[in-house]
Amino acid sequence: MTKEARLKRIRLSDIIIMLIVGTAMLICLVPFMHIIAVSLSSKQEIISDRVTIFPRGWDFESYRIVFQDSRMLRSMGLTIVLTTVFTIVSMIMSICAAYPLTKPQLKGRTFFMMIIVFTMFFSGGLIPEYLLVKQLGLLDSMLSLILPGMISAFNLIILRSFFTSIPVSLEESAYLDGSSHLGTLIRIVLPLSLPALATLSLFYAVSRWNGFMDALFYISNSEMYPIQLKLYQVVMNSMVTDLTAQEGAVATEVVAEGLKAASIMFATVPILIVYPWLQRYFVSGVMVGAVKG
Amino acid sequence: MDRSLAPSKSLPAIKRRQAKGIWKDYQLYMLLILPIAYFILFKYVPMYGAAIAFQDYSIFKGVTGSEWIGLENFRELFKMEQFYVVVRNTLMLNFLDLIVSFPAPIILALLLNELRVAWFKKTAQTLLYLPHFISWIIIGGLVYQMFANNGGLVNNVVTSLGFDSIPFLTEKNHWLLVYLGTGIWQSAGWGTIIYLAAMTGINKDLYEAADVDGAGRLKKMWHITLPGIRPTIIVMLIMQLGHIMTIGFERPFVMGNTLVMDYAEVISTFVYKAGLQSAQFSLATAMGLFQALVGLFFVVISNTIAKRFGEQGIW
Repeated sequence: MTKEARLKRIRLSDIIIMLIVGTAMLICLVPFMHIIAVSLSSKQEIISDRVTIFPRGWDFESYRIVFQDSRMLRSMGLTIVLTTVFTIVSMIMSICAAYPLTKPQLKGRTFFMMIIVFTMFFSGGLIPEYLLVKQLGLLDSMLSLILPGMISAFNLIILRSFFTSIPVSLEESAYLDGSSHLGTLIRIVLPLSLPALATLSLFYAVSRWNGFMDALFYISNSEMYPIQLKLYQVVMNSMVTDLTAQEGAVATEVVAEGLKAASIMFATVPILIVYPWLQRYFVSGVMVGAVKG
Repeated sequence: MDRSLAPSKSLPAIKRRQAKGIWKDYQLYMLLILPIAYFILFKYVPMYGAAIAFQDYSIFKGVTGSEWIGLENFRELFKMEQFYVVVRNTLMLNFLDLIVSFPAPIILALLLNELRVAWFKKTAQTLLYLPHFISWIIIGGLVYQMFANNGGLVNNVVTSLGFDSIPFLTEKNHWLLVYLGTGIWQSAGWGTIIYLAAMTGINKDLYEAADVDGAGRLKKMWHITLPGIRPTIIVMLIMQLGHIMTIGFERPFVMGNTLVMDYAEVISTFVYKAGLQSAQFSLATAMGLFQALVGLFFVVISNTIAKRFGEQGIW
């Protein structure tokens, strides 16, 4: 049997492995399918607990309510702007920090690296950070959701590893042509780093889109709630009352299930749209950081 | 021609290049200014701010004006019953998480590595990575939809089979299982990336030699793939052990509810409640500082162990 033929033939062990991995995939998928099903089902079907992973009695009412809720739309718009600004600022700052730190002639390079890496293992804590944001007058401002988390030391180190992996000869030829550091960075290094830049942009964007801890601490004006905090208000608060309520909750609360499901989908869909497009980048991007870092 | 041009050009050119050289490196420092300023302002100033753990902090007097009271806050903290509960819960949740969530991505990566149908492997990876990109708020919502006592999908199935519904979210031991299971669900797929990367570095000749010897698939997984990723496994294990005292805020905060607080109240949620909800800034900071110091101790210890093992360590 040639090697080619051996690779092509599907054996029993292949089928068993595919079945196990398939089950894992299903476990990943079922909660999403259920929530989509609930969000699209009619009230009667939801109340009678008949909705599993397929919608029953198609009903778009829940989505209509979500899309008519001006505060929900406002939160979504705000979060899109916030995530975009945050990602751009974070990427610029990370690039500015990572590039000089790859240069051996930079004086104090080890010192700078040390003060950056140390922040990964020790922090002043939530309260001093809160008091700082308060003293800077950033409470209830979008800046409180951009500035304090602007650079992730972890992402910075991944980016630095990637920059280091670019052949020095390419940069040197640029220097010989009289290019400055900034020029070399923009014309040579960045174009060669697109997979890493895409990966890190995704990391920053996702962390900003999903994060709500800082918003919970710093934003008290509900007009300025980012989508996750808004969702927390809608979904989790009603959940707590549900859990502590008597058996056989009132009908109106059960109807709210559809609304909750639709709200959850509303906040998840943007990620589901962006995710497959960026997915192919992050494997290569992460690997470089993982292997070297 | 070269000789005639060279002298006329060289002197100013060299000067220009020297000046440019300094200017060039100058740019490197310029680039660093803002990021370093960021780390000082948003990371190191709060470390100085943690001094309020040793003060009777008043928000009007600030760090410089408040009265120093030494270890009084820590004494008060160690006297609280709640302190021992949240430290125990933090260690317990992290430790159990380590036991169940640590092997999951290794097993999954071993299986993914054996998949030979390219499209299936790709689809599997896309799906398995997805939960990592979902916020804890949404995961909390999904968990509730799946496991609620009335109306949760799992309990609907359970009751339709004629059994009593299971109090997944309202009884603390059941809740613990759901908490751990959710951790696996969220992190196992994404965790495979690093192991899959390590597996690509294993020498292919080893597999061919094993084929010649007539080794089966399981044998190859056990004797070649697993030893091949051993260094990665050890580094990951040690890093996780180093973080045994550190617990994120969002997962326990979202998943906890008043009925399971015996287990769900951890250091981070305690700091939030004591500090921001009850304005006991000094006490909450003392708790945070205690966690940070113990955490740092664990990181240093585990890194030392890693080096003892002949591994790279984190620094």
